[in-house]
This record gives sequence, structure tokens and C-alpha cells, in this order.
Amino acid sequence: MKIPFMYNARSALQRPVSTAFTAVGIALVVAVFIGMLALANGFRAALARTGSDNNALVLRRGADSELSSGIDRETANLVASSPHVALAADGRPLVSPEVYVLVPLVRLGGDSNAIGNVVVRGISEKAWDVRANVRVVEGRRPVSGRSEICAGTKIVGRYPHTAIGDQIRFAGRNWDVVCHFSAGGSAFESEIWGENEQFMPVFRGEAFQSISFRLKDAAAFEDAKRALEGDKRLQVDVHRESTFYVEQSRLLGNILQFLAIVITSIMAVGAIFGAVNTMYAAVAGRTPEIAVLLTLGFHPRSVLASFLVESALIAAIGGLLGCLLALPVNGFVASTTNWSSFSEIAFNFRVTPGLLLAGMIFAVVMGVLGGFFPARRAAKMPVVQALR
Amino acid sequence: MKFLPLVLANLGRHKRRTILTITSVALALFLFASLQTVVTTIAAGANFGSAHRLVSTHATGIVFPLPIAYANRFQAVPGVQGVTWANWFGGRYGDGKRFFATFAIDPKSYLEIYPEMVVPADQKEAFIRERTAALVGKHLMETFGWKIGQNVTLQGTIFPGDWTFTIRGVYVPTDPQIGDDVLMFHHDYMEERLNRPGIAGWYVLKIDSPDHAATIAKRIDEQFKNSSSPTKTGTEQAFNASFATMWGNVSLLMGTIGLAVVFAILLVTANAMMMGARERTREVAVLKTIGFGDRALFGIVMLEAGVIAITGAVIGLGGAKLLYKATHFSGGGFLPGFDVKPSTLVVGSVVAIGLMLASGLVPAVRAARLPVVTALRQVA
Repeated sequence: MKIPFMYNARSALQRPVSTAFTAVGIALVVAVFIGMLALANGFRAALARTGSDNNALVLRRGADSELSSGIDRETANLVASSPHVALAADGRPLVSPEVYVLVPLVRLGGDSNAIGNVVVRGISEKAWDVRANVRVVEGRRPVSGRSEICAGTKIVGRYPHTAIGDQIRFAGRNWDVVCHFSAGGSAFESEIWGENEQFMPVFRGEAFQSISFRLKDAAAFEDAKRALEGDKRLQVDVHRESTFYVEQSRLLGNILQFLAIVITSIMAVGAIFGAVNTMYAAVAGRTPEIAVLLTLGFHPRSVLASFLVESALIAAIGGLLGCLLALPVNGFVASTTNWSSFSEIAFNFRVTPGLLLAGMIFAVVMGVLGGFFPARRAAKMPVVQALR
Repeated sequence: MKFLPLVLANLGRHKRRTILTITSVALALFLFASLQTVVTTIAAGANFGSAHRLVSTHATGIVFPLPIAYANRFQAVPGVQGVTWANWFGGRYGDGKRFFATFAIDPKSYLEIYPEMVVPADQKEAFIRERTAALVGKHLMETFGWKIGQNVTLQGTIFPGDWTFTIRGVYVPTDPQIGDDVLMFHHDYMEERLNRPGIAGWYVLKIDSPDHAATIAKRIDEQFKNSSSPTKTGTEQAFNASFATMWGNVSLLMGTIGLAVVFAILLVTANAMMMGARERTREVAVLKTIGFGDRALFGIVMLEAGVIAITGAVIGLGGAKLLYKATHFSGGGFLPGFDVKPSTLVVGSVVAIGLMLASGLVPAVRAARLPVVTALRQVA
């Protein structure tokens, strides 16, 4: 027969301070666990959303990032005329040969050394259509032939002079901010976009860094890759845009996840010890009670289960508290340098329902692990001695 | 201190609890020291830099190269005693899983300006003499098990193709911030292979006195202001500091987690201490009856908390110090000179003492104030 749940709930409340300390300890572990994974998740999600399955990215052969690549006009024209490139309604190819540079900008609210290497991307007019996730949220697109730029929403507010109508200075020139764009939370939001033909002379001269194009048939990516890489006139690598950006998140994403796991497992050991101590004290303090339960005919297995439930209950309260503590970080913007591309990227902490669930499970596991040995002692208690 | 045997006997009664509590404290302080060291290592990187060195980069950004011809013009600026230049070379070795930095440097002047890089005289000469020679940091040599005289081939990611170098020298940095996870080779060899584009990623200048740093930097930047490649010149320290800020919120994050860890463990320890005290209510009453003063009892409970906190601290902090020392941990090359600083050990010890006070205070006061008669009656 099972021992009623209320017995455990009331017992836990009999020792409010001890229960609270254990629960809060577990709550902190769960909060750190969720917080750190939310950071790793947010970073990965930002880059995973950057690329599209429908797009291909062309880089110079051997280049491992857009920054280290270089592509001449000749190559850009050849790629644009490839039959694998989708056409827009006006019959022109959906292709954007792009200039990609990093510009050090001083962050708002820091000293003059607090710089971020912001991505400045020179795009063609068609880029707005090639990149389906990009949307101008305020203002109008830069007009061809003018020194105008569009700032990503994560740039706005973190760097000075990024409001519409302001002028931002880099590469020795002033640029009018004419719009802000969002890109579904992706890394593009940490970039500044302008016209490629405007950027080319002020940065690296007559060269693009990459070419993005919409695939005519997303499923035929391998064909497109083979055709372009096999073309003797071109020295290029063709990547599916989505996998390319996921690859760029690998290094830092893995570091963050590794840190999250190492830090929380060490903390978890401490929290489990706390639960062990608490439950042993609970068992020791209730020796006569347990003996009575056993005398009444409750099976030792029920006693074991009962104490495990008690421990799990305390842990679950802690888990819940931890989830509540971690929830406010959702949406919080963190920024760091993605060392794979050397560029600064800002992204949101992402607390997902799955992560909260994982946090709860983690809490209950800590509780059950911490409660097991004390519960076993309770179940194995010699009745006569305990009563005496 | 005469009560120490009694305290130890008390701790020995619940061996399991004592060990678990000490372990939690040790783990907490280990984590605290590790996280704190990330913060101090980043900060140390930001503060590194000789006051006698200036760094000059392209004003538009570090990714834009400067003309190699600037070397002579820098040299002519009054107060500049030496000029060297280097270029970031994106190289992949093998499967590219183990990343390390590769610089193309002007060998002779670079080693003169960086006396912190110690190379045996014969190796130095061999490295400078041979165009395709490479100079490799000690740790990088050990990582791959390379030998002097061996050829290594890198795939260029910025400058395409296979680049083969012969290792002719190994350097050991006297300052851990220099890092020994770097491969360096002749800038001139790179220029030759690339058909002499005449580019240098950045310049390092040795100046006569730190007092002249600002004037010299200003003078250089003025000189190139209206050229096609304007410069941005500053002290080496400022250059490194701006690199350190690229970590963004990471430092803040590590600090916050460190606090959460300490607080979580405080709860565990305080809980264990209170449990221990509650179980011994009757004993405390007996001790009082036989003549132990309130102050002595207060001291005994505090001492008990202290033994736990300090043992845990010694294991946790000492363990962190030794572990990182022994494994030469450097965060995959991103955190050169990762070493638990004495200041971190001090802060950790203060945390341990705080832990002792916070966890011991309530039970200790309770023990000191315990009314003997009620306590004896209650339990009996």
C-alpha cells in the first residue's frame, strides 16, 4: 500500500528552513543551468536562422569565412548567369554579390576602448529578395548611388548615431541611416547594410567577398554546387547558406554548451549533497515515525518510495523556483565576438519550454539521487530498535 | 584552540555529512576560482602591453592592411627606435580541429621588439636565415609533437594554397600573455608567394619613452590622415584592451554565475551546520551544566563551521591552482596565461570566511543563548 502524498508534503513543511535552503540551492543550480543553455541556444539559433535552405553562398576556394574570401567581378557575372539561379518576377537573377568587411565601432555606454567589430555588408538591390527573412521595419531602403545605409535592429541602441536621420561615420566617410531592418532574430540583425557599389571603393577595392543567390530548385543544391565548382573559369566553393552559418556557430556554440554542462554538473554535485544531508536529517529525526509506519504494515518499499517522493518534491519546488528565476533572462540581449568570423554578434537569450522542462527534470533527478540513500536507510530500519 | 579536539570529535560523529559538506564547499570554491580566473585572464590580456610599444593599424579597421612602405616613414618619426610589422595568416593545419594563430612577421625586427619571446641564439639565427623557416611556441610544439627541422604544411584560408614551413626555432614567452600557441614565419616569404602586394596587417613601434607615446601616436596619425590608408596608432595596452572588450558580456556572465555558485553552496553548508546544531541541543545543555561558558560554546560552533569552510577552501582553491598549472589550460588558445591569481585565492579565502560566519552564526548564537533547564527537559 502506498503512503499518502500528504504525509510527505506535511513532513517537508515541518522543517521549513531546512526544506527552503535545499530547495533554493537546487533552484540556483537549475537557474544557472537554464540560463547558460539559453545563452548557447540563443547564439546557435541566431546563426541557424541566418542562412536559408533555398540559398547558396559562393566563396573563394579554400576560404573558411566571408571575411577571408575574395571574388572578382568576372566570377560574380558568371555565377549570376548560371542556370541554377532563380529569377525574380522582372526576369533578373536573384543574386547578390556582396562586400563584407568588419568595422570597429565604439559601443554605447563603454569607454573608447569598448569596440565591436561590426559587419558592414555591401549588397545588391536584389539582396532584399534573396534573403527572405529580412524586412525593413522602419524607414526606406537605401537608394542606389547614395551614401545611405540600413542598420540591423540589434545595432540600433547599442551603437551611437544609428537612429534614422543620423549620420554614422566609418571608413572616413559619413553615411546616412535611412532604415532599420529585422531578420527574424538572426545574425543579420547585428549588421549594417549598404550598397555594394558604394562600399567597394572605400574598402577593399574591386572585389566582392561572397555571392548569395536563390536556388532555382532548393533540392538541386548538389547539382548547382557541382556545376559551379567544376567550372574551370571559377575558383570557388559553394555552400548551402543554412549549413554555412550553422558551421560558423559551431566553435563558440560548443564552448558555451561545454561551459554550461561543466559548471552546472559541478554545482549539481553540491546541490545533491545538500539534498542528501537534508534527507538523512529528516530520516534520523523521524525514526519513531518510520517505525510506526513499518509496524502498521506499510511495506519497506512504500517507505522507500515515500522518502524518494519527499526528496523529489523538495527538488521539484526548487526546480520550479529555478525556472521562475531564469525566465526573466529570456530575450535579454548578450553580445560577444564570434571568433569563427571575428565579428561581433548580439543575440537574445532563448528560454524555450523544452529548456524549462529539462530544468525541471534535472531538478527532480537531483532530488531522487540525493534522496535515495537516506530513503533506503529508512526502508531498512529495524522496527524494534527504532521504536525503542 | 583548546577546544579543537572536541570540535574535531563533533565533526567526526557524522563523517558522511562532514565529508559531503566539505566537498560541496571545495567544489564551490573550485568553480568560483575557475570563473574568476576567466575574468582575471581577460582583464590581464587587456592590461598587457609594454609602455615602450605602440601599435599602428589601418584607421578603418584591423582587417584592412597598411602599405609596407610605411615602415620607413615610421622609422623617421622622432622618438621611434624600432619598427616591425606582422600579418595575420589564416592557416588550417590538418583537419583544422585544433586552431592556432599564425603570423607572418619580419623576423629580425620582431624578435628585437619582443624581447619577451626567448629563442636560443642558434635557433634564432637559423630561423632568421632561412626564408621558409617557422618559429613555433613551446606549447604548440608539444601539442602536435613537432620536432625542430620538421616540415609543416598549412592550408591558407585567406591566402590560398599549401604553405610549407620548416620549423627552425622554438620560443618560450617570459610573459604568459604573449601566448605560446602561435606559429610565425617570414613576412617576406608571404610577400614573395603573393607577388608582392606590399601589405602589412599592423605595425609595432618601439619608442624611446612612454611619456612620448601620445605625441608620437598623434604625429603618426596626422601624417597619414589624408592618405588612402590612414592609420590609428595607440599604445599596445590600448590595442589589447580593445581586443578584450570583444568578449562582450562574457565577463559579467562569469561573475554572475560565480555569485550564484557561492550562494547555492552557502545554503548547503548553513543547512548542514544547523542540522548538526539542532541534533546536539541536549549536549550543549549538558556542556553548559558542567560549566562551559556561553562564549566558549559560541566559539566551539563557529570553529566547527570554520574547519569545514577552511578545509573546503584549501581543497577547492588549491585544487584549481594546481590543476590549471599542471594541465597548462589556455581555453584552446583563447585565454593565454590562464592561471589562478593570488588575488583570486585571497578573494576565495574571504568567501570561505564569509561562509563560515554566515553558516555558523545562527547555530552558534542559538547554542550560546540556550536556556539549560528547558533544553534538558525538552529532549529528555
